[in-house]
Amino acid sequence: MARSVTTQRKLVNTIAAWSIGFLIFFPILWTILTSFKTEATAIADPPVFLAFNWTLENYEVVLERSNYARFLWNSIFIAGGSTLLGLIIAIPAAWSMAFVPSRRTKDILLWMLSTKMLPAVGVLYPIYLIFIKMGLLDSRIGLTVVIMLINLPIIVWMLYTYFREIPGEILEAARMDGATLKSEILYVLTPMAVPGIASTLLLNFILAWNEAFWTLNLTAAKAAPLTAFIASYSSPEGLFYAKLSAASTMAIAPILILGWFSQKQLVRGLTFGAVK
Amino acid sequence: MNLTMPLRLTSIAAILAANAAFAETTITIATVNNGDMIRMQGLTEDFTSKNPDIKLEWVTLEENVLRQRVTQDIAAKGGQFDVMTIGTYEVPIWGAQDWLVSLDDLPAEWDKDDILPAIRGGLTVDGNLYAAPFYGESSMVMYRKDLMANAGMEMPEAPTWDEIAKAAEAMTDKEKGIYGICLRGKAGWGENMAFLSAMANSYGARWFDEDWKPQFDTEEWAATLNTYMDLMNNYGPPGASTNGFNENLSLFQQGKCGMWIDATVAASFVTNPTDSTVAEHVGFALAPDNGLGKRGNWLWAWSLAIPAGSDATDEAKKFVAWATSKEYTALVAESEGWANVPPGTRTSLYENEEYKKVPFAEMTLNSINSADPTNPTVDPVPYTGVQFVAIPEFAGIATQVGQEFSAALAGQQSVQEALEKAQALTAEEMEAAGY
Repeated sequence: MARSVTTQRKLVNTIAAWSIGFLIFFPILWTILTSFKTEATAIADPPVFLAFNWTLENYEVVLERSNYARFLWNSIFIAGGSTLLGLIIAIPAAWSMAFVPSRRTKDILLWMLSTKMLPAVGVLYPIYLIFIKMGLLDSRIGLTVVIMLINLPIIVWMLYTYFREIPGEILEAARMDGATLKSEILYVLTPMAVPGIASTLLLNFILAWNEAFWTLNLTAAKAAPLTAFIASYSSPEGLFYAKLSAASTMAIAPILILGWFSQKQLVRGLTFGAVK
Repeated sequence: MNLTMPLRLTSIAAILAANAAFAETTITIATVNNGDMIRMQGLTEDFTSKNPDIKLEWVTLEENVLRQRVTQDIAAKGGQFDVMTIGTYEVPIWGAQDWLVSLDDLPAEWDKDDILPAIRGGLTVDGNLYAAPFYGESSMVMYRKDLMANAGMEMPEAPTWDEIAKAAEAMTDKEKGIYGICLRGKAGWGENMAFLSAMANSYGARWFDEDWKPQFDTEEWAATLNTYMDLMNNYGPPGASTNGFNENLSLFQQGKCGMWIDATVAASFVTNPTDSTVAEHVGFALAPDNGLGKRGNWLWAWSLAIPAGSDATDEAKKFVAWATSKEYTALVAESEGWANVPPGTRTSLYENEEYKKVPFAEMTLNSINSADPTNPTVDPVPYTGVQFVAIPEFAGIATQVGQEFSAALAGQQSVQEALEKAQALTAEEMEAAGY
């Protein structure tokens, strides 16, 4: 039976939730506001919140100086490519671990996760040398593969957890009705797993989009995505906060919009398995 | 049939030859985001119109990322960059390792002898020039003429540290949020340690003696750090231990600093009325000294160099020669005005009558000329570099020392403790490095 909640309690909860939400969102909001300020206003002390002369100058400068479309395309290619490639490998892997587990399944899962515990910089030099040998430096394909490998443990784990929620009896019933392995996966498992696959896809797309270590280290001019675009606006000598904010806003805008429209799937993806 | 075949072959050969003639070579240039570099990117049409067979690709990176990326690329022979923007710290080290292509064979009209001697000395290893300076900078005092006048004082053109302390005291008005002096406090070899190493030179201190023994246990270093702490604790802004160039620039532009000792390149920012509220009140003076023959100013030059792994060396040389030529200077002057010309590299620029009218031109030249990277300290040292020591280990050591000094400024430890820790960690690192 659900607990009864008083109106007052509801109000307090709502205010608390909105406050925490606002606090988390504030850095992004501040970045967006700063992108419309002049460099002088951006560093004003005390800081100016809304009462300033709004300007689009920073966006004009950024668009004039950088080839935004190329950075954007590289981001879409690398994030999209690595996520799809990851799903192609992870779906069969997670399926077999969830429905046909062996004695070593748990160990394999833990071992996969353990690769995430190594600091990325620890393997930078070996990967850099391999990339030189294979001619993959500053290539979208090379970066797509590396980022896919980085995120693969998370994809497998998410899908595995989700597949485990699907009752095995349903698959057994399908088998008793004469379904082959192919039709069992295609017509029974997949429709039930679509929400899980979708949320995995979205979360990994976001992770790949925001990845900044490998994208900064393995690219130069041709394959550099939006993370490199943002980094190019930091300056050792001179004011840059407003232009950097404009570049950041342009870099996060696509993923922010995608996140907004898919928040239901995202929340579901992040919380599945929580209620048992 | 017999006739058409040779004809076809001839046409194919002609097409191939034409393609070969117009084959484009792409050179990739790694650079930092600062005003002069961005301006150059906007003016490259002049270069590409004269060299239609060369295409330019730019990679703009944050300074520390650039340093790490080019080091990684050059050491692993990645060949990602054909031209790289590096400073006076890297050139002596990389030049000695044969990582850079010598630029001694740049065309005669490029006029190597026109490069300011102090800058050229910093970019030369064993008689070979390994990088072409794009812009050079030193450090100097930028101060508020109006605040000095209100206090009934006048800033000497070449002040001593005592005079700086008196001026800082006179200009400080904490109730109005005006702090007499703003200096770098943020930890880092290129942050607080650039300032403090240069300041130490004027106190007769040095990083190492001639046997590479660290010198933080000397009276000279104690005097340097005590003066710095006194200035900052009495007349500096709150939270100074996290202030670097940009933070101090911001404070000065908002009228919160009476004086700021930092890079000469800042002069064009603080006198720019668009961003600076005190643009018309700024005066300049040489970095302070202590009467020992060395001033507390540094020397730095962002320079263009070609890594030994580049497969487009000839094209890269053409670009480097163009970007650092007298003609490029004239091109910037024509399109952006003399105040925006990359400063501090050529004697001819400072002989130009138009450039002499720029308010900070003379002080910049005097500051650069008073720094000598090959003879930086009062007592002899085994290294080159004014605000750094040109050995590979320096960046790591100086950043750790910088953290100790920054912690002392934040009040977390005493000057004595900071110096003792600096001495111990430098000795340990140098021993591990085989010195």
